Amino acid sequence: MTNSLYSPQDFKSDQYVRWCPGCGNFAILNAIYKALAAVNVSPAQTAVISGIGCSSRLSYYMNTYGFHTIHGRATAIATGVKVANPSLSVWQFTGDGDCLAIGGNHFIHALRRNIDINIVLHNNEIYGLTKGQFSPTSPKGLVTKSSPYGTFERPFQPADLIFGAGGTFFARTVDVDIPTSVDVMVSAAKHHGTSVVEVLQNCVIFNDGAYKMVSTKELRSENAIFLHHGEPMLFGKNKEKGLVLDGFSLKAVTLGENGISEKDILVHDATTKDYFLHQRLASMSGPDLPIALGVIRDVEETTYEEAMVEQIQAVQAKSTVKTFSDLMNSIESWEI
Amino acid sequence: MTPSHKIIELDHVVIRFSGDSGDGMQLTGTLFSNLSAILGNEISTFPDYPSEIRAPQGTIGGVSGFQVHLGSQKVHTPGDKADVLVVMNPAALKVNAHEVKPGGVIIYDENTFTDSGLQKAEFQTNNPFTELNLQDVQLLGIPLTEMTKLSLEGTSIDNKLGVRSKNMFALGLICWLFNRPIDKAQAFLTKKFSKKPEILNANIKALVDGYHYGDNIQAAVSTYRIVKSNIEKGRYTSINGNKAVAYGLIAAAEKAHLPLFLGSYPITPASDIMHELAARKDLGVKVIQSEDEIAGISTAIGASFAGNLAVTSTSGPGLALKGEAIGLAVMAELPLVIVNVQRGGPSTGLPTKTEQADLLQSLYGRNGESPLVVMAASTPDNCFDYAYWAAKIAVEHVTPVILLTDGFIANGTALWKLPSLNDFPDITPPRAPMIASDWKPYLRDQEKLNRYWMIPGMEGFMHRIGGLEKSDVTGEISTDPKNHQKMVAIRRSKIEKIADYIPPLSIYGDQTADILMVGWGSTFGHLSTAVDELNDSGKRVALAHFNFIMPLPKNTQEVLSAFKKIIVFELNDGQFASYLRTKVTGIEMSQYNKIQGQPFEVEEIVHFISSMI
Repeated sequence: MTNSLYSPQDFKSDQYVRWCPGCGNFAILNAIYKALAAVNVSPAQTAVISGIGCSSRLSYYMNTYGFHTIHGRATAIATGVKVANPSLSVWQFTGDGDCLAIGGNHFIHALRRNIDINIVLHNNEIYGLTKGQFSPTSPKGLVTKSSPYGTFERPFQPADLIFGAGGTFFARTVDVDIPTSVDVMVSAAKHHGTSVVEVLQNCVIFNDGAYKMVSTKELRSENAIFLHHGEPMLFGKNKEKGLVLDGFSLKAVTLGENGISEKDILVHDATTKDYFLHQRLASMSGPDLPIALGVIRDVEETTYEEAMVEQIQAVQAKSTVKTFSDLMNSIESWEI
Repeated sequence: MTPSHKIIELDHVVIRFSGDSGDGMQLTGTLFSNLSAILGNEISTFPDYPSEIRAPQGTIGGVSGFQVHLGSQKVHTPGDKADVLVVMNPAALKVNAHEVKPGGVIIYDENTFTDSGLQKAEFQTNNPFTELNLQDVQLLGIPLTEMTKLSLEGTSIDNKLGVRSKNMFALGLICWLFNRPIDKAQAFLTKKFSKKPEILNANIKALVDGYHYGDNIQAAVSTYRIVKSNIEKGRYTSINGNKAVAYGLIAAAEKAHLPLFLGSYPITPASDIMHELAARKDLGVKVIQSEDEIAGISTAIGASFAGNLAVTSTSGPGLALKGEAIGLAVMAELPLVIVNVQRGGPSTGLPTKTEQADLLQSLYGRNGESPLVVMAASTPDNCFDYAYWAAKIAVEHVTPVILLTDGFIANGTALWKLPSLNDFPDITPPRAPMIASDWKPYLRDQEKLNRYWMIPGMEGFMHRIGGLEKSDVTGEISTDPKNHQKMVAIRRSKIEKIADYIPPLSIYGDQTADILMVGWGSTFGHLSTAVDELNDSGKRVALAHFNFIMPLPKNTQEVLSAFKKIIVFELNDGQFASYLRTKVTGIEMSQYNKIQGQPFEVEEIVHFISSMI
């Protein structure tokens, strides 16, 4: 954090920030300014791409190159930006509707290709900007403007989609927990490939309290687990609880009970290629299991754009065609 | 050549090759055309593909054709009807019987005209020629399959594979018929099959034997020689429109000193643009084959934002999907080239057939007032020039440009003189002429009204753009009523001003005629040939052919007003006519609309105009 050329202030634009009072986006924005300062890439080298939604208004509040695009297409546009100029640091801000409903197809393909962009997914389990319809992550039975009798469809978990599509980085944080948010965003930036940070965000107007079980530091110590690569999976007010594998399921145990000691507790390895355990961790929820926060998955894999550059360079090394004129000389032609 | 043969000298001739999709008609036709071009003829070709990849052998759905028009003078169309029709099986005869001129020659493979072959082609009798009422044609039946088998006896190619070489036997015979020495054909084949020596040997043997067969049978047909044309000296190739578009974009990127980026999704008949650009990694071209049409244009918009010369390519259905994203590029004001290779519609339509029915979609297919540039290429070779123009306009006026071509010129070929980039104008991306602290994202060049294209990486010029309406100059989001009206007007004026940068409309044919034919895009070849034929026979007519549609050339009203009768010819239900009527005043226009998935025929136009005079 100390050697950065930039301060959070350098990333603030002059625009008046317009979210509803109490919106989780204020905290997220705060975390982003700090994270970008820590990442130490200049605002001029940073491109922020957003789609449509309350989350997507974020690009206007950042003093970087920004592009507020159309609903669901930010991932594809960000892909184009990164491939066109791989030296840029590319961020995408999106929400559960923008990313997982209309944007679902572009999302899974960016993950599959492993494009080096940093996606911050504001998951408030609702459509806020259009005033309160349910989203693909809303719990079944939620009563909303478009489901006055409750939804009768299952939601999906962003993490499951991400792993299924070959995602190489997944982290989760709670909007109000700024230190963890900064941490995971910096890790996301450092990750070499598509990084997704799921932010459990509170929409104070249309879906207040969706994450109340982790909305304070107290509650988080009981109901969440902060995963760190290489460290044992411990949680609880005094780190008295931990996770073990029971068959193929995770189980929460208490140290000292039933002969459990720290050596029995699982140690988090974010770098395993096999995502089985990452998926088990990401899908934990109460009351029996804590919600996993922090960097859950972080594996090394070639990115699409570097593979493209590599192929171009390999072809160029063997070819005598360097210009349009060379191209004309190389094609089948005859003199008249 | 045996002196007893009569050799007829022709200015031009049309040959149509047709057979099963698996019979290699495209290869045969292409080889023959290229051969003719090398020998100094002008050429124009048109492949007529079936929709199916491999229909059941010998059936009508699987017939594939290739037509080539050779000539000694400006050959602008692949010809209406064929002088020589080569059919490899009864189905090919059924499909193409009426594509041959009265007095023309039909060369057919006797061996496939069996009971079973005739049945597959849905003939009712044993005599297909009578059944089809083909009276005034010369028939030349050749035991092509048998002769090919004989030719390949003793080589290592088994019978099944060998029969595939019958197209080469036929080619050899055609070369004899047209007095083409086959050594150059042998050279082409050697290059194409260099990695498969057994197939190469089989093909060359069949080719040579086919050539000598003509001599040996002393066929009772005349042979032909096409008079060499007076083309300007230089280095030539034959090129189709899709390849020409790809080359035009490459040329523009080099001139503009910008990396070239294509985001695209496979779609008939545009995919070859992507294939060609994907193959040009030697020139550093970046191509993403995206997951869908919308990702195709979205990645291109991202690449444009990042400063590349960005392109997306598609056909009608893809353009429909891209509508919202095109609107984003219009609103944000980014350079973007959108190539639409039109095909029969609506919906899935006729994917392998040609049509010009996406004009109104291109002009208007977006929500809100969303003006952009619409232009159209008119020959396979000028697809190069118009792709170059489209890129130049997109970059210098910072706007999306839709370039329309269609299946006919995309797949048809023409002779193309290899260009030098020295002969092409510069392309200069407009960058801010002031320092960063004085610059705002929507400050404009006062003459062209474009904003300045500042890209990520440029120190100090950080800014945000997007799809929401914005304040003039500052670019801050605004719903102010007067501002919105002003911005709509600015975006419209910016496109209208481009009329100052495009060539004026010119007249082809008789400037003083009373009748004016109007056309746009790929119909130029047929319309201009019709004008030539009419004027040569004393029937006075002129043609105004448009390549720039939005904006129209500045003198459009003036030019059209000079004529007494105007007919708009197009391969759709009257789209350009309806648009023109909103742009010119006091001018009545009638329409000639053909919507059959086929290009115009010179004959039908000549007949129509003649009936008016």
